[in-house]
Amino acid sequence: MDFYSLLREFADSWVLLAMFLFFGGVVLWTIRPGSRSVHDDIAGIPFRHDDTPADAVADNEEAR
Amino acid sequence: MWDYMKLVVLGLITLLAAIAANYARDLAFQVHAVIIMLTAGGVFLWTLRRTDEPGQAVETGYLDGVIRAGVIATAFWGIAGFLVGTFIAFQLAFPVLNFDWAQGYANFGRLRPLHTSAVIFAFGGNALICTSFYVVQRTSAARLWGGNLAWFVFWGYQLFIVLAATGYLLGATQSKEYAEPEWYVDIWLTLVWVAYLAVFLGTIIKRKEPHIYVANWFYLSFIVTIAMLHIVNNLSLPVSIFGSKSVQVFAGVQDAMTQWWYGHNAVGFFLTAGFLGMMYYFIPKQAERPVYSYKLSIIHFWALIFLYIWAGPHHLHYTALPDWASTLGMVFSIILWMPSWGGMINGLMTLSGAWDKLRTDPVIRMMVISVGFYGMSTFEGPMMSIRAVNSLSHYTDWTIGHVHSGALGWNGMITFGALYFLVPKLWNRERLYSLPMVSWHFWLATIGIVLYAASMWVTGIMEGLMWREVDAQGFLVNSFADTVAAKFPMYVVRGLGGVMYLAGALIMVYNLWMTVRRSPAKAEGPVMAPAE
Repeated sequence: MDFYSLLREFADSWVLLAMFLFFGGVVLWTIRPGSRSVHDDIAGIPFRHDDTPADAVADNEEAR
Repeated sequence: MWDYMKLVVLGLITLLAAIAANYARDLAFQVHAVIIMLTAGGVFLWTLRRTDEPGQAVETGYLDGVIRAGVIATAFWGIAGFLVGTFIAFQLAFPVLNFDWAQGYANFGRLRPLHTSAVIFAFGGNALICTSFYVVQRTSAARLWGGNLAWFVFWGYQLFIVLAATGYLLGATQSKEYAEPEWYVDIWLTLVWVAYLAVFLGTIIKRKEPHIYVANWFYLSFIVTIAMLHIVNNLSLPVSIFGSKSVQVFAGVQDAMTQWWYGHNAVGFFLTAGFLGMMYYFIPKQAERPVYSYKLSIIHFWALIFLYIWAGPHHLHYTALPDWASTLGMVFSIILWMPSWGGMINGLMTLSGAWDKLRTDPVIRMMVISVGFYGMSTFEGPMMSIRAVNSLSHYTDWTIGHVHSGALGWNGMITFGALYFLVPKLWNRERLYSLPMVSWHFWLATIGIVLYAASMWVTGIMEGLMWREVDAQGFLVNSFADTVAAKFPMYVVRGLGGVMYLAGALIMVYNLWMTVRRSPAKAEGPVMAPAE
């Protein structure tokens, strides 16, 4: 079997299965119980550090 | 020491470019060598004047200068790209606009890649680079990694645009749609892109938030995938080191498949994933509420990147490409409906509970209609990828209409929304100069797109039907020139749509300019803002 056909066979079977499993795993992991609070926290990221980076804020607080 | 190294390298580049200009085999290469010589020489002098100056204090805030430059570049290239697009639309309607004195430089064939690259890579690319720098800093709570490397990315990218654009006018092209620049321009873009990836990834790695916000996932997938696509699709051997001509490594149907694997994923990852990164940051910010469903956004991301990469073969129905491959592309294109609409719903529903903002805030209106156009063109696209529909739509103006409802509607509108959001923030202004002007821009752009898309549907379907019409004996009824004549009114309408879209963008530029010049400054400087 030449190299192309070998790769082709491999892609059609095990790689396809692996990708399906990975994707299914991502979906299951996303909807796992107890993930809501984590996701709510992440969804709030854009509203936290609008003007200064986290360490600069800490520096300002120390200076005050 | 670092400065001396830079001077040596810049001096060498200047010298080598001068030599290359002398030995150049063709005009495009010669002009490019001169441009590189002047650029490197200029940067040499600039570096020389700053060498051994006392070091500046280390800055700790966000690096916003490069984002301001990016906003200006986005607006500038946007106007340039829209202008060329409108002009070539009228060139198609009125061929006399292919002036005799400009033959070989400014006829449709030369200006068309100039238009596509200007709007996709110059306007869209600058928008993506500057918004990604803005978003990654705010959502990582960290200053951009790599110091002035971000400035190298910005200026390096502008040089890439100038080299690509001048090359098209002078005839240096490898004839691959959306990948026209020749080999040395490709190599330069690769360098710039690696630096871009380093800045973006470096900032994510040193983030202060424990999690990576979903917008950064989209931006990162865009940067990584474009690097991969760019390198594989531009594998070519230059004929001469002193000439712009190169020969592709792949040939025949393999080359075609590689090209459309590139071409469709340029749509999927440059014009979709990257701009979805914008959507997931700027819509929540402008609506002042978090994204509707964060879970859905994660599934949207993974489904989109898993599916898009397979959709390319639908550009090659009824060609030498094996049937299984084009069926694969068709099936994956149709499956793409789901994540696309999931993402659209997620963007729109972010406004749930704040729909009243649509009445009062024209900026959010702009963002919402852009998501609407995203939904519309991700419905139209899969439909057109079905083989039977494609046999009617392919090679007709329907394709052009589809591309523009996506590019003008989705990419253009979300970028305008982001610019309206960014300019007051970046220049520390209380608000935009004029909201009625934003409304004017909104309606001009929207009606312009509607004229564009509707006229292209009509002419595309008409053209497709005329091409396949046969009489009782089985002879074709229409010659090609018949279809061209029949298309004239729709071409004029399309050009007018372009004029309206361009007019809206000019209003935006004026509005943003006056925001910086006239709008009252925010009472408090950003550094003095109280910590939460």
